[in-house]
Amino acid sequence: MRAYLPNDDDDIVAEMLGEIGVDSLDALFLDVPQNIRIEGNLDLPSPVTEDEIKGVVEVKLRKNLDLTAFLGGGVWNQNVPAVVSHLLSRGEFLTSYTPYQPEISQGIIQALFEYQSMVCQLTGMDVANSSMYDWGSAAAEAVLMASRVTHRGKALIASNIGPHRRRVIETYARGAGINVTAVEADWEAGTLDLEKLKEDIDDKTSSLYVEIPSYIGSIEPSPRDIAELLHDRNALLIVGVDPLSLGILKPPGQYGADIVVGEGQPLGSSPFLGGPLLGIFATRREREILRQIPGRIMGMTKTLDRSQRAFTMILQTREQHIRRERATSNICTNETLSATAAAIYLSLLGEEGFRRLSEDLSHRAAYLSKKLRKDVGLSSPPYSGSFYRDFLVSFEGTKKAGQLVRQGIDRGVLLGTETTHAFPHYGESVLTGVSDVHTKEDLDRYVEIVKDLLGGDP
Amino acid sequence: MIRREIGLPRVSQPQIVRHYTRLSQMNFGVDTGTYPLGSCTMKYSPKIMEKIAAHPQVKHLHPDQPVDTVQGILEILHELAGFLEEITGMDRFSLQPAAGAQGELTGALMIREFNRSRGELKIRREMIIPDSAHGTNPASARMAGFAVVEVPSDEYGYVDVEALKSVLSHRTAGMMLTNPNTLGIFEKRIREVADMTHEVGALLYYDGANLNAIAGIARPGDMGFDLVHLNLHKTFGTPHGGGGPGSGPVGAKGEMTDYLPTPIIERVGDRYRFTNSLKHSIGRVHPYHGNIAVLLRAYVYIRLYGAEGLRRAAEIAVLNSNYMKARLVKLPGIELPFHPEIPRKHEFVASFESLRRETGVSLKEVAKRLMDRGFHPPTVYFPLIVPEAFMAEPTETESKEEIDRYCEALAQIVQEARTQPEKIREAPRETSVSRIDEARASRPSTMIPSYTWLKK
Repeated sequence: MRAYLPNDDDDIVAEMLGEIGVDSLDALFLDVPQNIRIEGNLDLPSPVTEDEIKGVVEVKLRKNLDLTAFLGGGVWNQNVPAVVSHLLSRGEFLTSYTPYQPEISQGIIQALFEYQSMVCQLTGMDVANSSMYDWGSAAAEAVLMASRVTHRGKALIASNIGPHRRRVIETYARGAGINVTAVEADWEAGTLDLEKLKEDIDDKTSSLYVEIPSYIGSIEPSPRDIAELLHDRNALLIVGVDPLSLGILKPPGQYGADIVVGEGQPLGSSPFLGGPLLGIFATRREREILRQIPGRIMGMTKTLDRSQRAFTMILQTREQHIRRERATSNICTNETLSATAAAIYLSLLGEEGFRRLSEDLSHRAAYLSKKLRKDVGLSSPPYSGSFYRDFLVSFEGTKKAGQLVRQGIDRGVLLGTETTHAFPHYGESVLTGVSDVHTKEDLDRYVEIVKDLLGGDP
Repeated sequence: MIRREIGLPRVSQPQIVRHYTRLSQMNFGVDTGTYPLGSCTMKYSPKIMEKIAAHPQVKHLHPDQPVDTVQGILEILHELAGFLEEITGMDRFSLQPAAGAQGELTGALMIREFNRSRGELKIRREMIIPDSAHGTNPASARMAGFAVVEVPSDEYGYVDVEALKSVLSHRTAGMMLTNPNTLGIFEKRIREVADMTHEVGALLYYDGANLNAIAGIARPGDMGFDLVHLNLHKTFGTPHGGGGPGSGPVGAKGEMTDYLPTPIIERVGDRYRFTNSLKHSIGRVHPYHGNIAVLLRAYVYIRLYGAEGLRRAAEIAVLNSNYMKARLVKLPGIELPFHPEIPRKHEFVASFESLRRETGVSLKEVAKRLMDRGFHPPTVYFPLIVPEAFMAEPTETESKEEIDRYCEALAQIVQEARTQPEKIREAPRETSVSRIDEARASRPSTMIPSYTWLKK
């Protein structure tokens, strides 16, 4: 192991042991009782060299299928500019850690400050943290935070949110003793049923968590009304977003959101089977709220001699390394590198590029859903409201969605995530997502395959 | 709903590349120099891990893809889970937790669910945590609804077994422990601690932050731990990324495997799939399957090192730590708290309290001065039970020359503290910015957490 362990050499070891004042490496482990020591070596595969490992992994990875996948729902396979991976591979970023010593960590702190600033611009909020693990845990922590701010234990969630995220919220809420209730959607419209919401809100309600666009793609037509309903009862509105929708949709800060969360992965990171991701977390400028934010926050300040602008971690007294069991969260390691990717990505796209991409995704989804409606006669989407870039396609009355997905795979196209069981109102259905990797030919091929699988004309 | 202005920057690609290249130059990583940040395990990450993790056959996979289309990566993840079981002596692993702290929360929630399922949730409200523990332990326990009961360390730096006896009761749900502990001392009475914990019907949780000291030498499963989380970015050398992504898989033994998060990978014949069939699962902690790109790097690391390599890495890490300790405690004003004869493991904690008393120079200032010498300071002021705590973890990938240089720099700084303390007070001067006004940064009237805030 000499290559990685420079001191793994008999002479060096002997010299160092001499300085320590013991005669063998084993002497350094004498306090590990014999009865808990491993006899011999662990049962692991024999080591391979750097040259060999690539082959070992590639042989396995070849078993993954190459597909044109139309999947969304919280992770999107998007184009990542070469600049992003190029800059992230710099060892100064990649091999550093949480900037406990700001004077030699200005690079990562400033990059995170830029990320926070751009998240604020996108969401219309005043302050963002430097990342949570993913959208799911960000939403869960937002629900916990709302409960601390309001001192109330009942959280509402919209029933059209991502099923995976809902499960994460429920896991976290159980630990915190928060009761989570799903507010029934108006499934015809695909959005929240405001009458039902009114019935469900009471004086114990801490917050409502709603996704705009929702998991099934639908867009709430009047989010300001939702905010007012909650604020009238002194409860908070938490909005979950696909950040790319914010190039065309109104920022949640403008319609009264108190906390905004979302998935930052499509901002410059690849999907990697769902991780690492990037949990977006932003909120309003209010004393009681600021004290309760989870996670690390970077801030701009000056040097003590006032000669230079500088950046550092702020409000650390909220955090576990100082406040221990009274901390706002246990989060320590977060997703700094993904947040740095997002800062670089958003800078590269810039104002015009971001808006263009945001619109473009919406157009692609509209094109595909319309074609499925017109050319194949499908309910696409099976709700009346508008949608962004993910949308449901209902196959009800034709074939089983699961079967269609499998048959699509045989032709190299993954039609979507089956949603038949998660959203029974729409019968046999899939969630289809588009991104900037899909060409017009890909979209047309999707339609042709579905048409073919369903047996030609409707 | 349509918006007009976003407020994103308008800059060209070359400007962006220069800007972030410049920022990277204002940042210190393991690739830059010695970074003995105690408890964080800042070791060298083999670059081949980066190449492999960027493979297009992993990069573009969507987590909702049917398992038939991702058999290759599932095979790797399943094998990795097997390696982790073998290394820790656990029976099954969930790869979902995205970081160590989320692993702790997972473990604490499993303990909670275990007590709920046997009808003892209302009674067993307490989680016992040593006073030397990482802050994440009490914070995680609290998030799972437990009251934290702190147990002190004894004069040798071990968990005080007598004190532990007095706090263990029918109200105890579990105990969270790091071994070696944050003082770098191996809890040699661990079996006794495990037995005592189990006798009152509580569970023992292993915080794997320090497994790198004993990987291949001893296993938490054999010490009596019921649950384990690992920090793959520590023990298995995946790069820390400026503060993440990490990965914090959780392992369990015996009946506790039923409480792991689902879905969980299983192998049926030569195929792999996800199952939700665990009887008492706490549910999901991650919307998908965990930080796959980090897990893949850890797989590569374990395959490169092998069993003997892992053991050797632990031995050299302990050698380096004890060597640095032996050199530093000879310096005037630096002491080794707790028993000096007990060998430390991968890290050690020295106290600069005497130096502060004798010269008025605080450890914080010493740390800043270290930066002028081109080094990253160790972890300072932790654990909380040691005054002016200097917690250093050189790791196995640091050469003797580098450690010598580090010690020599500290020797000079200690001398400066007596002869030219103003030099230390003014530090750092060689960094991209001089000492930062951190109080101003967090004061409500001067705080600036974003440009957006500044504009308002």
